[in-house]
Amino acid sequence: MTEDEFTDINGKAISLQCQSHSNFCREFTVSAPKLSLRRIMVYTCSVWLVAYVVFFFTQNTAVLSSAIFITLVGMMLHIHFVKIDHETLLIVGSLGVQVSSSYASGRESTTFIEMSKIKDIVINEAIYMQRVIYSLCILLKDPSDPGAVSTVVPLFQSSKPRLNCLVKVYRSCQEILAQC
Amino acid sequence: MVLKIFFPRCCNSADSGLLVGRWLPGQESAVVLAVIHYPFIPGQVKRYLSELQAQSQVELSVLGSWSMPKEGQEGMESFLKDLSTIFPQDRWLQLSRGAGRRGFACQLVERGGGSAQDGGDGGGDSDGVIFVHYDQRKVMLSQLHPPEGGGGANGTAEPSELRLVFQTVARSQPLFATDQYDDGPLKVTHWQSEGREASIIVELTKQASVPLCALLTWLLSLWTRLCRISLFNMWPVRFVTSKLSTCVQLSYRTDHLRTVSSPKKASDHMEFMRKANIFVSFFVDVALGLLLISWLYRANRISRLADILVPAADHVAKELQELLQWLMGAPAGLKMNRALDQVLGRFFLYHIHLWISYIHLMSPFIERILWYVGLSACLGLTFALSVLSDIVALLTFHIYCFYVYGARLYCLKIYGLSSLWRLFRGKKWNVLRQRVDSCSYDLDQLFIGTLLFTILLFLLPTTALYYLVFTLLRLVAVLFQGVIHLSVDFINSFPLFAMGLRLCRPYRLAEGVKFRVLSEEPGKPLHLMMEINPLKYSSVLQWYRTPTYSCYPKDSWVALCKKLFVGELIYPWKRKGTKTD
Repeated sequence: MTEDEFTDINGKAISLQCQSHSNFCREFTVSAPKLSLRRIMVYTCSVWLVAYVVFFFTQNTAVLSSAIFITLVGMMLHIHFVKIDHETLLIVGSLGVQVSSSYASGRESTTFIEMSKIKDIVINEAIYMQRVIYSLCILLKDPSDPGAVSTVVPLFQSSKPRLNCLVKVYRSCQEILAQC
Repeated sequence: MVLKIFFPRCCNSADSGLLVGRWLPGQESAVVLAVIHYPFIPGQVKRYLSELQAQSQVELSVLGSWSMPKEGQEGMESFLKDLSTIFPQDRWLQLSRGAGRRGFACQLVERGGGSAQDGGDGGGDSDGVIFVHYDQRKVMLSQLHPPEGGGGANGTAEPSELRLVFQTVARSQPLFATDQYDDGPLKVTHWQSEGREASIIVELTKQASVPLCALLTWLLSLWTRLCRISLFNMWPVRFVTSKLSTCVQLSYRTDHLRTVSSPKKASDHMEFMRKANIFVSFFVDVALGLLLISWLYRANRISRLADILVPAADHVAKELQELLQWLMGAPAGLKMNRALDQVLGRFFLYHIHLWISYIHLMSPFIERILWYVGLSACLGLTFALSVLSDIVALLTFHIYCFYVYGARLYCLKIYGLSSLWRLFRGKKWNVLRQRVDSCSYDLDQLFIGTLLFTILLFLLPTTALYYLVFTLLRLVAVLFQGVIHLSVDFINSFPLFAMGLRLCRPYRLAEGVKFRVLSEEPGKPLHLMMEINPLKYSSVLQWYRTPTYSCYPKDSWVALCKKLFVGELIYPWKRKGTKTD
């Protein structure tokens, strides 16, 4: 098992963990930085300040309690649906590829793609806002036409690692794909 | 190629014996279904397997041997190795589990040559074998999505490996029917070998449902015959029943009950789920309706409601009168055409007068009517809501009338103006060619046309104002009815059973699978745990939503605005009618 430090497209530090279970089974985990305390403080304080200003003018205490409620619910929703803690790619030769992302609250969403449906794994260029970024993608076969690609499944969507990290994952994946 | 062995978790600690399962066609993988324990008579095993094969349509075979060393069974290893000569197979698996070890050792014997692959204890090549452990009960009960035959494209394509595994386990249900208390000649380990899983309640319900279904079908046939009487098929009755949402809901429910009570067994998963969804939502609907009744018929609420209803209708009429008076003056400082304004206002005022007298005529009977109509809620909450929608439609009939008059007048003016505008420019609409052609008009024609155009143009604001006010009123009524229709539609189509299944038994509706690496010891085959990935709630809704007559507005907002601008009538119910056709 090896662990390397890389940066994502915004320059933040992310870590890539490669675990080789067997010759044809590897697991890659890209962990994003944890939720920073400072950001939580900034958001919470700004909501509460706004609420206090409104309260100051209206003298209505419901504003304050609703502000507390909004911050709590917002935080819960954020860690349950938005903030992705780490993304895992498990590739098993001749069985398939499993992509899972686990959220900060512990919720996991997993998809498994069978090897018979996979055409290839490639590094793709994508236009993202005003720049061009690289992303690792799985190409799926079209069931009606074996030569064509029906869908492109992008990987590591939330952490968005840079090219050097993607190349490393790509090489290992290609090794396994070539074996079977 | 890598050999994949799908191994049930319940067989992990089974006694030594034979592995029964299936080699998946076209794949390098085997599904182990059960272990037949030593001692057995090979002839009996063969006969048992062929019987099962005939029952389940799955090519069951002996995959190999399974050894679990115990004290006093030293010679077992070599005995199991010799078994491959008794059960001739192309490939023979030899799985063995060391005492106190976690992993298995695996050896594959090809029939032609000797041992081909070896995942054994020694430094042998451990690659080439993956053990995928699965929970047999969950895999057997779960339904992989999209279901078979659901998509058109799936029928032709080769089923994928996972689907084959799920199919194999689900179809070999007869294999799991025997448990260790049976007196058969063979002892088998599988998920039900500790004792069969069944529920007395479910079995009793199954027995009871047959006569119930027959009774329901008979009642429904009676009802259908009643509906076919020629009296109900005459034009006015049919027209009214197709417009009343209660009647539409009634016919819809009849269809539902017919589906549920059909004595035929559901052929596939989707049909079963549809029946179950309809059944459960019907029950919930009736329960909610009974709750409503128990609330409504207590503490004299009906008469209070009636006492509120008549003054409310009266009040609405009064407000309308005041509105008309306001429009007949100078509304919002606008200067209208006085004569036309007066004519229109008087016409509408007379209408309201008629309406008020109609309401007063009705008022002594309203409580009676409400009392009887309220009883329809015992058929379900949807019926109560539909009745409410109908009552609202009847009580706002005057608004509808005003809207229609206003819209017709406005529409006439708009069309007149547009055709006269063409005349103004020396053009006309060619009906035959469906296009605008140029045309030379006479002087008198032009004179008359211009005159009419001017008159229409100056009268337009007055008509437009009336049209605008009544359209807004109408839209409020339509919005209210639309909300009621939406809620009825929601209760009718919400897949309650599937949602409950997803909530309480997540493994029953599988979107796919997920794997977890169990153990990796160097030099040992890889062990993976296969778990079921439950379907997302949104996809449950998407798959199992009961199709209904939908009363969502079918045209876009732009089309609606355009219709409103031109003065075409908008009906909430007309779309629904065309949809059911």
